[in-house]
Amino acid sequence: MTEPQLAITIKRLAHQLLENHVDLENTILIGLQPRGIFLSDRIVEEVKKELPAQKINYGKLDITFYRDDIRKELHKANQTDIPFSIEGKTVILIDDVLYTGRTIRAALDALLDFGRPEKVELCVLIDRRFSRQLPIQADYAGKAIDSIITQKVKVLWSKKDGRDEVIFVE
Amino acid sequence: MQLSTRHLLGIKDLTPDDISLILSTAEQFKEVLQRPVKKVPSLRDVTIVNLFYENSTRTRFSFELAEKRLSADTINFAVSGSSAAKGETLLDTVNNILSMKVDMVVMRHSASGAPHFLARHIPAAIVNAGDGINEHPTQGLLDAFSMKEKFGKLEGLKVAIIGDIMHSRVAMSNIYLLKKMGAKVTVCGPPTLIPKYLSDAFDVEVNYNLKETLEWCDVANVLRIQLERQNQVLFSSLREYNLAYGVKRELLDKIKKEITIMHPGPINRGVELDSDVADSRQSIILQQVENGVAVRMAVLYLLSGRNPSDN
Repeated sequence: MTEPQLAITIKRLAHQLLENHVDLENTILIGLQPRGIFLSDRIVEEVKKELPAQKINYGKLDITFYRDDIRKELHKANQTDIPFSIEGKTVILIDDVLYTGRTIRAALDALLDFGRPEKVELCVLIDRRFSRQLPIQADYAGKAIDSIITQKVKVLWSKKDGRDEVIFVE
Repeated sequence: MQLSTRHLLGIKDLTPDDISLILSTAEQFKEVLQRPVKKVPSLRDVTIVNLFYENSTRTRFSFELAEKRLSADTINFAVSGSSAAKGETLLDTVNNILSMKVDMVVMRHSASGAPHFLARHIPAAIVNAGDGINEHPTQGLLDAFSMKEKFGKLEGLKVAIIGDIMHSRVAMSNIYLLKKMGAKVTVCGPPTLIPKYLSDAFDVEVNYNLKETLEWCDVANVLRIQLERQNQVLFSSLREYNLAYGVKRELLDKIKKEITIMHPGPINRGVELDSDVADSRQSIILQQVENGVAVRMAVLYLLSGRNPSDN
C-alpha cells in the first residue's frame, strides 16, 4: 500500500466511523500503543476536518500489563492516557494490524478496568484474514490481506519511520 | 527487554539502563493506580512471600499493596509468631516456604548481606527490602522517581543527603543510584555519622555545615537518626543534634531558593526534621510514599518475567 492509497483509506475509515456515530457525542476513540496511535492520530485529524466544532474524546491505551505472553517475554510499557470516563459510552478501539486477535483480547480486559462501556467496536487499517487465534473481528477494516504465517505485515508511518507505507517483511 | 539481574539486591548491581527501565515502567504503573480498577493481571501466576525479619510499616505495606495491585498471591512472614523465634535458620525457613511453590521473596533483615546470601542458595527471585546498613534499593528507586517527577531529570540535579549516613542503607542506595544517573551528591551530618573515605569511594562531596549544604542543593533528602543501630555515643544528645543538624523553618527561610524536602520515614519529628518543614508545601514526603507502590510494582513486574530455571 502506498502513501496516497493509505491516505484515502484512512479518510474512508474516518468517514465510516462518522457514518455510524454521527456527532461522536457519546463515542470515545482509543488508539492502542505503541503503533496503533499513529493510525488513531490520523483518523482523529480527519474527523476534526469534518466536525471542527465537535469535542472529540480521544485516548491512548497500553496493553503491556495485560498480555498473555508475559512469562515468555517482557515488553516495554507505554503511556496510557484516558482522562475521561468511558462508562456507558461507545468505545472504538483503533490499531494498525489485526492478526491473532490477542492484542485486542488484552485491550478489552484493560478497557474494562476503566469502566463499563455501552459498546466496543474495533477499527484496523490491515486485517490479516485466516490468522485469528481468538474469536475477534474488526468492525471497520482499511484493507483485508491474505498472507502466509511467516510473513509479517508492517505499517510504516512518516511520523515514526519516515514514510507512509504498508509492506510485507519475510 | 529485561533487567540485567535476576534479583534486586542493591542499586550497586544495576546498570543505568536498568534504573531507567524501572523508573519508566513505574511511571506507567503510577497511571494504573489512578484508574477506577487499580489492578492489572500481570502477576496472577506468581506467589510472593514477604519475609520481614525487622520492623517496617511503609515498606511492608507498600510491597504488599504493590503485589496485590499486580494480582500476585502473597504470604506474609513476621519474625514474632514464627518458628524463627524457635531458632530455625534463615535458609531453613526460606527453603520450607519455597517448597510450598513460592516464586519470589521480598526480604528485610537486620544483617547486611542476608539477601545476597539467600540469592546464592535458593532459586527464587529476591528483592531486598532493606538489609542492615547496606542497601534499601526500592527506597533509592522511589526517591529517584520522586526527584525525577519533580525536576524532570536526575542528571545534574544537586542532591543533599543529610543526617546519619553511617547507619543508613537509604543513603547507600541513594548515593549509588544518583551517581550512576549523573546527579551531584553532597552528604552532610556530624563527622561521627559520616564514614571516613566516603568522598573518595563514591565521588561525593562531604560538608559538615548544614546551612551551606542547604544553600547548594535542589533537594534535601533528610535521613532518620537510627538510634537502634548506634551502640556507642556518636553525638551528645538528640536536642544538640537538632540544634546543629535539624532542618528547621527559620533555616530554610534564610535560603533564597525553595528547596525540596524528602525523608524516607519514619520521621523523628523535632530531631532531624521539624514538623513545620515536614508538613510544608516544600516537602514531598507523602508523594514519596505514594510513588513507592508504583516503583515496587515495576521492580516486581520486571523481575517476574524471568523463568527461575534460566539463570
